[in-house]
Parts: sequence; C-alpha cells; structure tokens
Amino acid sequence: MAHASANQPASSTGHAPAAVAGHGEGVQHPIRIYLWIWLLLFVFSTASYFTDFLDKGIFRWALIVMLMLLKAGFIVAIFMHMAWERLALKLAILIPPLALLVLIALMAIEGDYTFVTRLAAFVHVQ
Amino acid sequence: MSDQSATALEGLQGASADFAADKQSFSVPWGKAMMWIFLLSDTFIFSCFLTGYMHVRYTTTEKWPNPSEVFALDIGNTPVPLLLIAIMTMVLITSSGTMAMAVNFGYRRDRTKTALLMFATAALGLSFVGMQAFEWTKLIVHEGVRPWGNPMGAPQFGSVFFMITGFHGLHVSCGVIYLSIVAKRVLTGFYDRKGTYETVEVAGLYWHFVDLVWVFIFAFFYLW
Repeated sequence: MAHASANQPASSTGHAPAAVAGHGEGVQHPIRIYLWIWLLLFVFSTASYFTDFLDKGIFRWALIVMLMLLKAGFIVAIFMHMAWERLALKLAILIPPLALLVLIALMAIEGDYTFVTRLAAFVHVQ
Repeated sequence: MSDQSATALEGLQGASADFAADKQSFSVPWGKAMMWIFLLSDTFIFSCFLTGYMHVRYTTTEKWPNPSEVFALDIGNTPVPLLLIAIMTMVLITSSGTMAMAVNFGYRRDRTKTALLMFATAALGLSFVGMQAFEWTKLIVHEGVRPWGNPMGAPQFGSVFFMITGFHGLHVSCGVIYLSIVAKRVLTGFYDRKGTYETVEVAGLYWHFVDLVWVFIFAFFYLW
C-alpha cells in the first residue's frame, strides 16, 4: 500500500482502541487525492447531466450506467477507504449485493410478463 | 496478540485467515465494521425501492412522465432540463469531498479543521434538503403530482418519486443531525480525550453512502 506509509500508531494515546485499531486508524493520504477525486466526480456528474440532451437509446443508457458505476466506484474505493481495507471486509461488504442482480433479473422478467398480460387484457376489453 | 500474525498475510490467504482464525474477523474498530454492515442493509433497502421502481415502470401501460421536462426549471423563459437536480447533485458531491477531508484532518488530530469541514458538510446537506423541499413543493402545489396520480402520465410516477426521494431525504436529514453532533464533539475535544477519531470516519462512511445512493437515484430516476 503506497499511501499507508504514514501509518502512525497514535502515539499520544495509550488507550486500547489504538491497539485494536492499529490497522485502520491513522491511514493518511495527502489531501490532494481527495481533491482529485472530487474533481473527477464533478466531471462525471457534469457528463452524466449532459446525457440528458442525447436521444433515448442504447448509447445514452450505456453512458448513464457507465458514469454511474464510475462515480460509485470512486466514492466507495477512495472516499469510503474501501481500497485500503483488508480483503475480508471487502468480500463481506461487496459480495452480498450481487444477490440483488438475481432480484433485478427476476423482476425484469416478471415485469415484462405483467406488461404483456395487461396489454392483452386491455385489448380484450375494448 | 494473535492478531499480528494473521494481519501479516495479504490477499485471499489473509482473508481466509481473518475469517477462520480464533480472533475477530475484521481488523477495524467495531463501530466501523457495524456501520459497514448497516450500510449493507441500507443498500438492500434502496435497491428494493429502485427494483420496485423498475418493475412499475416496466408494467405500466401508460406513458411514463418525462423527468427532464417534469424537473425543468425556467430561467427567463427557457426551461432548462433538470437544472435543480444537477445543482443538488453537485452540492452532495461537494459535501462528500468536504467530509473526506474532515476524516483526513481527524486522523491528523486537527480539531478545528475537522470540525469546520464537518459543519460545512452538514450545511451543504441542509441546503440539499432545502432544495428537495422546494422541488417537492413545486411538484405537489404547482404540477399536481400525488402519490396516486399526476397530470403527466403513469400514476406510479408520484408514488415512486415520493417514496425514493423521501427516503433519501430522510437519510440526508438524519446525516445532518448526526454530523452536527459529531462535529460539536470534535470541537469540544471529546475525541482527543477518548483517544481516537474513528467516530469521524464512521460518520463519514454514512455520509458518503448517502451520496452513493443519490448517484443511483440520479441515474435511474432522473436520467433514465
């Protein structure tokens, strides 16, 4: 970890938390990393705002999702310090949300079915 | 401590040692681990809302109101699409930036800068909630949007809008209170006496998560 070099063991305190924390506490990065990420998030947000002026279609949707994932990735990795956590925590937090992909897929299939059923029903009534 | 040998391992071996060894699995302060787990559960809540939104938008046979028209603001006489939402997005991102720097100054034990940046974060959060209140008022009073219907198209638009942005706004409001309390404690030297500034980082995690959720709401609700 290139940035963890300033990992100082909180010398001013002799408390238990410092001993337990040891790893997470005191990981310091230069402020400019945050300013760069901030700037990057601004650029991505501006770009995603301007997708609103594109025609609706695959290209626009791909752009929206790509910018969204980039922003989310930088927020989690840098702002929330996930990039510097141990793998055990990364796995415990990042793997479970993958189950949501199953929910999304199921609801998309079911939603499509409901839509077609409704269309059929409304055509029948008229 | 047995902690030492296990944390020396990196990668997958380190992870399996962390989970399997006779010690606590996550080598972070418990408050941080619990905040992460809370945020994981919150991820599921917001994902269920957004999936529900996807479902009603899939199934409705009526036209979905065009968000870039609904949320346009008039500047002079020309409607600028999504203007207020764009400003809200920038405000929230800026507040995330100030929060990240507050955490950093916290670990340098710079009391004044940490507290000031946290108060700035809370103030930006408050202005976000204010703009949201303005947006809700505009939609309810002037456009006649209700949870059960609206003049623009599919009635589900209103219920989804109020539920998702309302729940997010509630998170922002709670975050403003949370950050203000922690910032006040920073200022009074509470964490210097406690010997650790990890509470600032834990509060920061919550705040960044609120920003993270907005990224998804912005993409799926406002831009889609």
